[in-house]
Amino acid sequence: MSHREHHHDIAPIREQIGKTRSKKGREFWRSLEELADTDKFRDFLHREFPALNAPETDPEMLDPVGRRNFMKLMSASLAFAGLTACTRQPKEFIVPYVRTPEGLVPGKTQFYATTMSLSGVATGLLVESHEGRPTKIEGNPDHPASMGGTDLFAQASVLQLYDPDRSQTELYLGDPRTWGDFLSELRASLDGQRSKQGSGLRILTETVTSPVLADQMKRLLVLYPQAKWHVYEPAGRDGARMGAQMAFGQFVNTVYQFDKADVVLSLDADFLTNGPGSVRYARDFMSRRRLTGGAKEMNRLYVVESTLTTTGAKADHRMPIKASEVESFGRAVARALGVSAGEPGQLAAEAGKMAEAVAKDLKAASGKSIVIAGEHQPAAVHALAHAINAALNNAGSTITYTDSIEANPVDQIASISELVNDMNHEKVDLLVIIGANPVYNAPAVWDQKAGKEVKFVDAMQKVATRIHLGMYNDETAAYCQWHVPETHYLETWGDGRAFDGTVSINQPLILPLYNSRSAHELLASMLNQPGKTSLDVVKEYWKTQITADFDQAWKKSLNDGFMANSALPAKPLSLKGDWAAALQPIKPAKSEIVFRVDPCVHDGRFANNSWLQEVPKPINKITWDNFAIVSAKTAGTIGLAPNSEPYHANAKMVKLIHQGHELVMPAWIQPGHPDDSITVYLGYGRDRAGSVGSKLGFNTYNLRTAAAPFIATENVKFEVAEGSYMLASTQEHFSIDTSGIGKDAFIEDSEDLVDRHIVRSGTLDEYQKDPKSLHHGAHRPGKELTVFPGYDYSKGYAWGMTIDMNACIGCNACVVACVSENNIAVVGKEMVQKGRIMHWLRIDTYFKGGTVNPEVFFQPMMCQHCENAPCEVVCPVNATVHDAEGLNVQVYNRCVGTRYCSNNCPYKVRRFNYLLYGDWDSPSLKNVRNPDVTVRTRGVMEKCTFCVQRIMNGKIEAEKEDRKVRDGEILTACQSACPTEAIAFGDINDPESRVAKLKTEPRNYEVLEDLNTRPRSSYLASVRNINAELGGAAGAGHTQETRKSGEKHG
Amino acid sequence: MAEVFKKEGYVDPRPPVLGPGHNFRSISEKIGDIVLMRGFQKGWVFGFAIVFLGALMLFNTIGYLVLKGVGIWGNSIPVAWAFDIINFVWWIGIGHAGTLISAILLLLRQSWRNSINRFAEAMTLFAVACAGLFPALHTGRPWVDYWLFPYPNTMGMWPNFRSPLMWDVFAVSTYATVSLLFWFMGLIPDFAGLRDSAKNKVQRSIYGLLAMGWRGDARHWQRYETAYLLLAGLSTPLVLSVHTIVSYDFSVGIIPGWHATIFPPYFVAGAIYAGFAMVLTLAIPVRKFYHLEDFITIRHIRNMCKVMLATGLIVGYGYLMELFMSWYSANTYEMFMMKNRIFGPYGYMYWLLILCNVLVPQLLWIKKFRDKLGVVFLVSMFINVGMWLERFVIIVMSLNRDFLPASWRMYKPTVFDFTMFFGTIGFFLTCMFLFIRFVPMIPIFEMKTLLPESKVDEHKVEEHISGTSVGANPLPQFGD
Repeated sequence: MSHREHHHDIAPIREQIGKTRSKKGREFWRSLEELADTDKFRDFLHREFPALNAPETDPEMLDPVGRRNFMKLMSASLAFAGLTACTRQPKEFIVPYVRTPEGLVPGKTQFYATTMSLSGVATGLLVESHEGRPTKIEGNPDHPASMGGTDLFAQASVLQLYDPDRSQTELYLGDPRTWGDFLSELRASLDGQRSKQGSGLRILTETVTSPVLADQMKRLLVLYPQAKWHVYEPAGRDGARMGAQMAFGQFVNTVYQFDKADVVLSLDADFLTNGPGSVRYARDFMSRRRLTGGAKEMNRLYVVESTLTTTGAKADHRMPIKASEVESFGRAVARALGVSAGEPGQLAAEAGKMAEAVAKDLKAASGKSIVIAGEHQPAAVHALAHAINAALNNAGSTITYTDSIEANPVDQIASISELVNDMNHEKVDLLVIIGANPVYNAPAVWDQKAGKEVKFVDAMQKVATRIHLGMYNDETAAYCQWHVPETHYLETWGDGRAFDGTVSINQPLILPLYNSRSAHELLASMLNQPGKTSLDVVKEYWKTQITADFDQAWKKSLNDGFMANSALPAKPLSLKGDWAAALQPIKPAKSEIVFRVDPCVHDGRFANNSWLQEVPKPINKITWDNFAIVSAKTAGTIGLAPNSEPYHANAKMVKLIHQGHELVMPAWIQPGHPDDSITVYLGYGRDRAGSVGSKLGFNTYNLRTAAAPFIATENVKFEVAEGSYMLASTQEHFSIDTSGIGKDAFIEDSEDLVDRHIVRSGTLDEYQKDPKSLHHGAHRPGKELTVFPGYDYSKGYAWGMTIDMNACIGCNACVVACVSENNIAVVGKEMVQKGRIMHWLRIDTYFKGGTVNPEVFFQPMMCQHCENAPCEVVCPVNATVHDAEGLNVQVYNRCVGTRYCSNNCPYKVRRFNYLLYGDWDSPSLKNVRNPDVTVRTRGVMEKCTFCVQRIMNGKIEAEKEDRKVRDGEILTACQSACPTEAIAFGDINDPESRVAKLKTEPRNYEVLEDLNTRPRSSYLASVRNINAELGGAAGAGHTQETRKSGEKHG
Repeated sequence: MAEVFKKEGYVDPRPPVLGPGHNFRSISEKIGDIVLMRGFQKGWVFGFAIVFLGALMLFNTIGYLVLKGVGIWGNSIPVAWAFDIINFVWWIGIGHAGTLISAILLLLRQSWRNSINRFAEAMTLFAVACAGLFPALHTGRPWVDYWLFPYPNTMGMWPNFRSPLMWDVFAVSTYATVSLLFWFMGLIPDFAGLRDSAKNKVQRSIYGLLAMGWRGDARHWQRYETAYLLLAGLSTPLVLSVHTIVSYDFSVGIIPGWHATIFPPYFVAGAIYAGFAMVLTLAIPVRKFYHLEDFITIRHIRNMCKVMLATGLIVGYGYLMELFMSWYSANTYEMFMMKNRIFGPYGYMYWLLILCNVLVPQLLWIKKFRDKLGVVFLVSMFINVGMWLERFVIIVMSLNRDFLPASWRMYKPTVFDFTMFFGTIGFFLTCMFLFIRFVPMIPIFEMKTLLPESKVDEHKVEEHISGTSVGANPLPQFGD
């Protein structure tokens, strides 16, 4: 009514005047419209003065764009959340792990044991808490899945807790509601189901190992016997599950003991960084490759794989083969070992030769070997691995079988397909999705009846009531009427089983920041127990399980982070006699697309985690994107080459076609990738991940079908597409020799890089004969070179570090740990492209020996703390100086920002705040910061400090007790996160310290030591245990490629 | 001396350093009128408008730079210095011609320098101002730049005296101060002259203030000559020291391509080379526009070409020595650095550098070309570009591929790198335009000393006193 209507309806006005008169009071009105009080007028009033509206419809609250207001509200709620966390904590007993302080000492950190589950599998953690505020994740040294190490996801999970984009309140059709509103609606829906015995109720979860949740589900299914529990994990382990079914006729959990294995064959398995127990496996595996303290033996790893992974990079012999050929390779090995497993398909001569040699080697190590199949490989490959292991008598020695750790082990693809079909045929009235995001990541399901593909999102909309419990208002939440925010694992009680079945208790570090609920609370209300807290649910269940003194056992489990001796018992199993009958004849595939979980954002659930997005993916060092990984040869055949050299971040586009689904994405030419195969990472292209993760990369889930969730071979085509795409890579040059790199690299002589002796490596044979051979040709200037006496570091502490390149698996856990510990800023894709990533610690990756199948080396590189530091001399304002303990320290508030120090640093480990990279504004992100470390401002240089705050802490503790710091008392963040203990840190003046001993190892060397910088960090050279029968360094492609390049340059 | 040649019928084949037909008055008017005239010439206004836009672009860029940070440029890790320091060294180098012409040629009694020295000195000043902008603004936190100066402070902190950047602060600030003094000193008699011939009160009072009470007294002249000579003596080592110290910024570092002992002489020669090229680039159009052919004669042009040829050869020798040393060192980093320079991804920059700085200037060997202003102007432009490329080659190409191949990274400038660079050119030219308009660009009184009527026949006086004749040695003087 912005323009007045002059034709007033006189009747209502008269009526109102009449009313006022009859009330005998004096009523005032401002306009005739007001007096008439028509609906139209009220409408107008609401539009003009929304403050008069009910709070639920406050547009500011609903506007997804109004993040500023959102943040304001959130900061206030956070402040209160922090307060309550302090005061209300004692009500729910949580037990500090390391020491029990009498009270909270401000400024003193406390550590609590808890558990993080990824894909259902639990890993024990210790979480550092500052005044009730969790800031840093460490591994739990006593927990079998951690042993003190973590993966990068655990390290970054603390950022997710404080993610400002997490959903914060119950929503109904996008409008804020209360938990009470939700409960009454839920009850109404459930009442409707009760009469039907729940035949219209479906519950969809991700993989669940939690005994408590399992118990709740069991009870729910008793209440609603016709209801169905579906499980779907986008990066599921169906191959492993169904492989066990195939081999043993039942679901089993396989636990590997890599510390007992002499020979390991990986059939496309990235077991060092992916899958349940990988942190522990990496530790065990590397314990056999240490070569320290006079050890001269190591295990041997064979890897056949469809994508160059970190596991492949550590292999002694690696062969790139197509994912669809892995089964053939497995059969070839099986046949050579006398296991009847069907006819192997066509294998390349080299692969066949390798299969023979591997079989021979495995046989020689009977009972001390492991054959492991990749998670994404089909059931047949897993069954083959079981059969070979059985033939080698590995079961019981290096491999233990237990009952499945999962609460509901099913064929998850079948499970989600069934759900889609049920929904599509309108058999479902109430769908409860707990934690999963199927709208984004479920594959298209073939509907037999309709004869067409059905998408989850289409089928789902035929369900009357849809409820979503999730941390984010994500793709699935958008299609559910009800969205309930889920608690982060640091906010809730819970439990889970580790890879070996060990029950691990999840205790919260902080009260929920928002109005969020855990799955336990949701299920409790479905079980007519609303108002029950997670603690009640968890404790109640375990009370029924623990018969002895519950209180004490409970306290101990909280303190330790897991229940003692709760690992599942080993189970004697024998192979089904006719298992091989289920094997299908091998169909050779012309080309294939392989779907793998992303090494940084996993299946997409961490897409909004900027720490993980900014972590350079192992091997190719690309951040913030996914891409189609292709070999140089295949790139040539489909017309991508020759200009797309791997070190150019400007990628050409490739069109992938699978069963009529098309996706255009950038191609990345990757040395060591098999031909006629393209690997794509899942987890990108999200629409509603949040302000960080939305619209990044390409949604490869769209290419998947239920029939081929991981390896697509039918109706697969690659084509060159229009345009190009800028990928943000942190490393532009990978070759450490000249073989196989194109003219674009402009490096003519191999000596140019080889003579730098940056990466030193050799074979075990060479090492055994003469350990010094690793350093052949390297030169180290003597101390007598200068007439000036050096500083005497022999008194007090002298901090130093060693990094074992043999043990480093390039998993990036240290990188994220460093980011978390040192408040390192995230700069974003554009800045990464410009070369301004702020990571203090990077993992340099080098290739040697051509592009077909190169040897790969990981070299974590951070400030080397040179005793003759070139950076210190050139700083005009003394902002970078040396301390008496040998640390090269950076004084932020003295730094003017000339960047001269970075120019003069031969290792280029210094990082400059070119702009204001630190987020000084987002209130919630202030909480994730480590209060012991300065948040840097624009215009200052920064770099690795050897975690000087931790050194100081250790020294203070030692001084209080009037003693020296003990070896191992101070752990740098990277060191403590490392799953393989590749990093050692300590006092090199103490000859008994681990680091001092490692520095006397014959493998020890300093990078660029010929410059006389005298770094305090040193590296232990990489040694590979080559099978003489196969020869070469990493694979057969090596020799060929070298020869070719030799011709080119000759 | 001249008499000797005349006696023997020797005709000086060189063009004169001052056109014929001038007297005291005509010189004063010709040069002084440019300054004292009313209003502005159309051409001047037009040119000024253009270059002032450039200056505004600079001010805008600086504003944005200080607001946002140096991240608006393309600098990265590993290439933490790029356009900022390239431009700094380039401008500082350009400044060198001024000092060389004013000081060293004065000491060497090269009277031909008289017409171009003021111009060159002004150029020096403005170039140093442009140069100074870069180190001051390229820091991450320019508001604390003063920490580079050793000053007593409550923090008890001194700058790091081992750092070449710290030496730079002294070198450049001393250079700027001495250049300013030298330039101003030289201007005093001319300011007095302008004061005396000023046509209105404003001009009279401003120039009067600047003349500092100069009356042309013999004592004034005597003291002026002494002081000027002293300052020239002071400036002379600066010509060598400033660029030597600038070169230390690199040669003290350990990066291959920086760590070289040849840098000081090679940088100084390069600076003089660049400076003369810039003087020519500016003098040729100005001479034409203001019809100053009588004062800046073809002899000046020729002499400057010869200086460029000589210094250019030194620079070329420097390039050759870099090549030789990288091979002779047998050091893998050095050898790779050189290969990368020549054949690497930025190899074209090196070849362009050789073209601009070594090949094209060889045209100046040919007398015909030295007399052709168009050719000389073109060659000087090539050298200007070449000297910029030289710094790009040294700075960016050494940093982008140093020791660890994993940290190699290509460098890409942003639009702000260019607005900053071209902005300083605009600022520089703005200053030059103002200088030309408001200050006599050619020293009037020094030009007058070139007139025959100003010559007291010293020889006759001397002959008269000693009874001997002088000038037995007819060797021409350097540069003549």
